[in-house]
Amino acid sequence: MKTGARTLIEALQREGVDTIFGYPGGVVLPIYDELYDSSIRHILVRHEQAAAHAADGYARASGRVGVCLATSGPGACNLVTGIATAYMDSIPVVALTGQVPTALLGNDAFQESDITGITLPVTKHNYLVKDAADIDRVVREAFYIARTGRPGPVLVDLPKDVSTSEVKSTKAVPETVSLRGYQPTYEGHVRQIDKALDLIAGAQRPLVYAGGGVVLSGASAELLEFVETAAVPVTTTLMGLGAVPGDHPLCLGMLGMHGTQSANYAVTECDLLIAVGVRFDDRVTGKIETFAPNAAVIHIDIDPAEIGKNKLVNVPIVGDVKAVLRALLRRMQKRGDTANWVSRINAWKTQFPLSYRNDGHLRPQYVVEQLSDILKGEGIVVSEVGQNQMWTALYYCFKKPRTWITSGGLGTMGYGFPAAIGAHYARPDMPVVDIAGDGSFQMNIQELGTVAQYDIPVKVVVLNNMYLGMVRQWQELFYDRRYSYTELPPVDFVKIANAYGIEGITVTEKDRVREALETALATDGPFVLDFRVEREENVFPMVPAGAAINEMIGVRQQ
Amino acid sequence: MKPHTLSVLVENRAGVLSRVAGMFSRRGFNIESLAVGTCEEPNMSRITIVVNGDDGIVEQVMKQTNKLIDVIKVSDLTERESVERELALIKVTAEPGTSRAEILQIADIFRAQVVDVGAKALVLQVAGDTNKIDALEKLLRQYGIKELVRTGKVALLRGAKTVKSSK
Repeated sequence: MKTGARTLIEALQREGVDTIFGYPGGVVLPIYDELYDSSIRHILVRHEQAAAHAADGYARASGRVGVCLATSGPGACNLVTGIATAYMDSIPVVALTGQVPTALLGNDAFQESDITGITLPVTKHNYLVKDAADIDRVVREAFYIARTGRPGPVLVDLPKDVSTSEVKSTKAVPETVSLRGYQPTYEGHVRQIDKALDLIAGAQRPLVYAGGGVVLSGASAELLEFVETAAVPVTTTLMGLGAVPGDHPLCLGMLGMHGTQSANYAVTECDLLIAVGVRFDDRVTGKIETFAPNAAVIHIDIDPAEIGKNKLVNVPIVGDVKAVLRALLRRMQKRGDTANWVSRINAWKTQFPLSYRNDGHLRPQYVVEQLSDILKGEGIVVSEVGQNQMWTALYYCFKKPRTWITSGGLGTMGYGFPAAIGAHYARPDMPVVDIAGDGSFQMNIQELGTVAQYDIPVKVVVLNNMYLGMVRQWQELFYDRRYSYTELPPVDFVKIANAYGIEGITVTEKDRVREALETALATDGPFVLDFRVEREENVFPMVPAGAAINEMIGVRQQ
Repeated sequence: MKPHTLSVLVENRAGVLSRVAGMFSRRGFNIESLAVGTCEEPNMSRITIVVNGDDGIVEQVMKQTNKLIDVIKVSDLTERESVERELALIKVTAEPGTSRAEILQIADIFRAQVVDVGAKALVLQVAGDTNKIDALEKLLRQYGIKELVRTGKVALLRGAKTVKSSK
């Protein structure tokens, strides 16, 4: 005989959980009592949203399932933004929530909320456990569903009496999970693979468009081999950065709204688009009718619902990206003659490099470039959302998968700092840097308390322009510089850090950037760097909303 | 745009209907009709959904529905040989000595049954395809329809074929 709470902890251990990010409360007291002397490490955050983001950051950095825990009602509701963030980027997270006792369900009891109802549209699946005898099975299924197929968050809601009740049967937990309604396809269809190979062999201007699916599938090595074997240039989405080394000769960097000119021109001129683990998001395609207008499209994705959703596809291949790329490589006999195309792309790369005014002023791009130069790809870089995110995506050279952690689909401000905490616990061997804006940082700035308490060596780089910069940029470009509610009064972030016992430096001069970054990285604990950057710097290139992606502004025209 | 009849085999569990219906509403797919009930397999239910849209939209509807963990199988019966039926109960005003006979005659033609007779009203039960029920409703309107309820369409493949219970 053991309690539901004890059963839960043992089930989590069976799934290999070593860290939980959470926040206690009334109905999770039985679970916290079991955690008190458990081998599972629990990190107490300062807001449940941070627990969800930290679990997500842990998952992205490690490739394993991240776990967060919150109490019922407000605790569970506070997880929702984090769960939705994970859902949009297909990140495996298991969210555990307490619930009011089953006898009170539906009764508007104290701290009751229908969290399975609330999270229905933002979870891959969720469970309300009404019988402690189901805990073993539900936990096993939850982790299985979260990490397999197209990964995603799963929520498990546990009423208090389920946690306290005694579990009678000690039925052996099945080794494998079998769900008749859930059978992902991993191997690509051979006939489709051969059709794809025919297109690849005949293409003169092929282009790989790779996304987060490559990272999730662990297919970086296969993608690189494919790109090199078939001599096909590759551009990646925001989520796909790091899937191939950013400095690889065939890599064009990011495409889309803030993509590089060479990438966006290549998409527009290619005759074959090989889409790998992507979903033709509107931030990538711009005006969909003019996206890759001259190309046949091969689309490889594990989720059949993504194929044909936004763009008609000539050869759909449903399957795990890694398995499909292996099959393509195994069966490839002939590649197209791409020499002219590659040299045309190289000419674009030379003619249209990323550029900003590298003068005496302290500009945000320079800060990111310096960080890139110091870390050389050997660190985990997390970002917030907005200009800071786009400058990092453009000016930091990612060389490995899972070293870039950002909220792509949902675009969640306040994501980066708690996600960086999670990333540290996934990869304690790696330096972790959160590149933030002053707006985003203030959305979860309370987590300074967490990093101080556990001495978590996360470095926060604030690109402080005293604006909600990306919104301000749109107001400047499209709303006649009417800066409606986007100006933020100055904040002394170093003083705030100091109040938590955390060190920090304010940097106002360009020539102090390098030294400040090196000081922060050489410090053992957390560190806050407050860079007072040029206030009205913009992110370019930029494709205005609704335009074709080769119609960029803020660039030297073709 | 044309109506498609989807047969959705699901786990017979609490909350499954709201998962399916919620997915339709958040993705902007319009449900024209919906009927749920148990089926030949224990622990499963069958949902019959009629949805309007072009082929691309319906394909997307089916794929998104299929992604739900509790959904076992989704089939589009529209392009296949199938029987489709709907049942309606119609409460018609029928004061004694007035149009009662006419109403009964119409009911007879439509093979509708009288399932309740009151002093001032009749309740008719009619089963058939959507057009038939629409036609009867239109005819009865002149006598005054006090209340009407329809089950939503249910459908099965013709012949020995079944909607296989595998994804």
